[in-house]
Amino acid sequence: MPTVTNARRQGPSGAWLVGLALVLSALFLLAPLVLIFVQAFAAGLDAYVHHVTEPATRHAIGLTVLTALVVVPINVVFGVAAAWLVTRYRFFGRRLLVTLIEIPFSVSPIVAGVIYLFLYGAQGLLGPFLQAHDIQVMFTLWAIFLVSLFVTAPFVARELIPLMQAQGSEDEEAAITLGASGLQTFLLVTLPNVRWALLYGAILCNARVMGEFGAVSVVSGNIRGQTNTLPLQVELLFNDLNTVGAFAAASTLAVLALVTLAAKLVLEARTRS
Amino acid sequence: MRFKLVPALVGLALATSPAAAQGADTILNVSYDIARELFAEVNAAFVAKYQAETGRAVTIDQSHAGTSRQARAILEGLPADVVTFNQFTDVQLLHDRGNLVAADWQARLPNNASPFYSLPAFLVRAGNPKDIQDWSDLAREDVAVVFPNPKTSGNARYTYLAAWVYGLEAFDGNEAQVRDFVGRIFQNVPVFDTGGRAATLTFAEREIGDVLVTFEAEVLSIREEFGEAGFEAVVPSVSLLAEFPVAVVDAVVDRRGSRELAEAYLDFLYTPEGQAIAAGRNHRVHDPEVRAEFAHRFPEVRLVTVEEVFGGWEAVSAEHFASDGILDQVFVNQ
Repeated sequence: MPTVTNARRQGPSGAWLVGLALVLSALFLLAPLVLIFVQAFAAGLDAYVHHVTEPATRHAIGLTVLTALVVVPINVVFGVAAAWLVTRYRFFGRRLLVTLIEIPFSVSPIVAGVIYLFLYGAQGLLGPFLQAHDIQVMFTLWAIFLVSLFVTAPFVARELIPLMQAQGSEDEEAAITLGASGLQTFLLVTLPNVRWALLYGAILCNARVMGEFGAVSVVSGNIRGQTNTLPLQVELLFNDLNTVGAFAAASTLAVLALVTLAAKLVLEARTRS
Repeated sequence: MRFKLVPALVGLALATSPAAAQGADTILNVSYDIARELFAEVNAAFVAKYQAETGRAVTIDQSHAGTSRQARAILEGLPADVVTFNQFTDVQLLHDRGNLVAADWQARLPNNASPFYSLPAFLVRAGNPKDIQDWSDLAREDVAVVFPNPKTSGNARYTYLAAWVYGLEAFDGNEAQVRDFVGRIFQNVPVFDTGGRAATLTFAEREIGDVLVTFEAEVLSIREEFGEAGFEAVVPSVSLLAEFPVAVVDAVVDRRGSRELAEAYLDFLYTPEGQAIAAGRNHRVHDPEVRAEFAHRFPEVRLVTVEEVFGGWEAVSAEHFASDGILDQVFVNQ
């Protein structure tokens, strides 16, 4: 543990700081996580399995995973394209574009949901047109995908832009000078240079998609077994005074997060070796 | 591989979206937030009965959230075939704002289209240490009362009006005294939660307050959930009839061709079987035999209606609940 040795070298004040950090992380990060599982298993393993495999909860787990599978790849492509555009080209309105990309961060998710309702809802701007063509967007899976895309759009781009700016375009210019095609340059030079930032952005994006509550809650319609994502299902069970069920559902969310983290570690280890 | 995954996902999305679930074998029941267990039980019984009678296997989907929010979602296109709400005003909204429900919806089913009903009642701690028996006890200085904020919760609006009704009778209609009385009850509330369930948790789990005022159905369910030993139910001398209105959403069922199934579903709520399920979940019902069977759960109480005392929900909304209405004045003066 290098940090601890360093702290010892720096004398007692350093050790105090490290101790404080450890205590605080245990209190604020570890304790809630442990509590989720303690509460989830409060009524025993059988009850836990029963709650997690209940059809509505099972469907919510599937829907949440499906949403991540749809949204994360799209936002990875969008993030790479946007970062490429704003760091490798100079054009009028470039700064405006950078600001635009970050808008979902500054807008509260509930506002994002309501905006989509005003756009695609039956009484919204595009409502009459959609109804005339018998297209239902709101309160379907499409609405959940749409708002999740909106809310998590900046994650990948925000990780990439500072890095690509710092790296500059010398490597790519060298590749092009040596005769590489555009695609070759991108795949063999640009992508490897940013792979950690890209992975990190994708993981953040994934975590946010799975945990998103506010925006999804506005547009989902809360139909059990159809449009209830895991966070909505947790709230529903909690409101039903079904504490064990709520924590069991919450624990599957926590497990999904841990699986994502594990996947990141494995990927890191493989690429490094 | 990825290219095969995409159409598969799209297919899955289409198959599970309600828009694709056309045809009259599936209907969506949009309901209030704490009725999940009740309608899960109703649905199972109805599906079995409907299959036995018609040979058709049908599915009832459920959506639960606060009813004002649900009404809003339906106006924005949530395809609800039937609504089962706990507020008259939220069904009326579907007619007023979107013309989705016919104007005569309340006359189409018995008892103002309310298959079951409840009333504001009290839940006190074991042994009733503060001896709380009636609305007058809530205004006592030594009593802490818990109910949600009437500005956001329909449940608490019933509580407010029921206290008002008691005051009108106690003070012979002297409005200044009634206002003072209701104001004193409001002063005894340490925390106004936004909804009924939040108030329940405040009282039962955080152990704040001496008495919780909420629907009798909720009062009895809390005793079952948190243990009968910890709490006692108290029904006041007079209370307000809280109806739980249901309606077929005409615009949706006509578009989807699901009227017959939707109407059969609501009719089922009035059958002895449907009434017994509602009574088993602590709602008062009208069916005489079911009433007799569950009589031990529901003590006699004198109920008045909003129509009798206040001249209907529209009048009461304008006079009491509008901005700067009487409720706001009582709130401010506390």
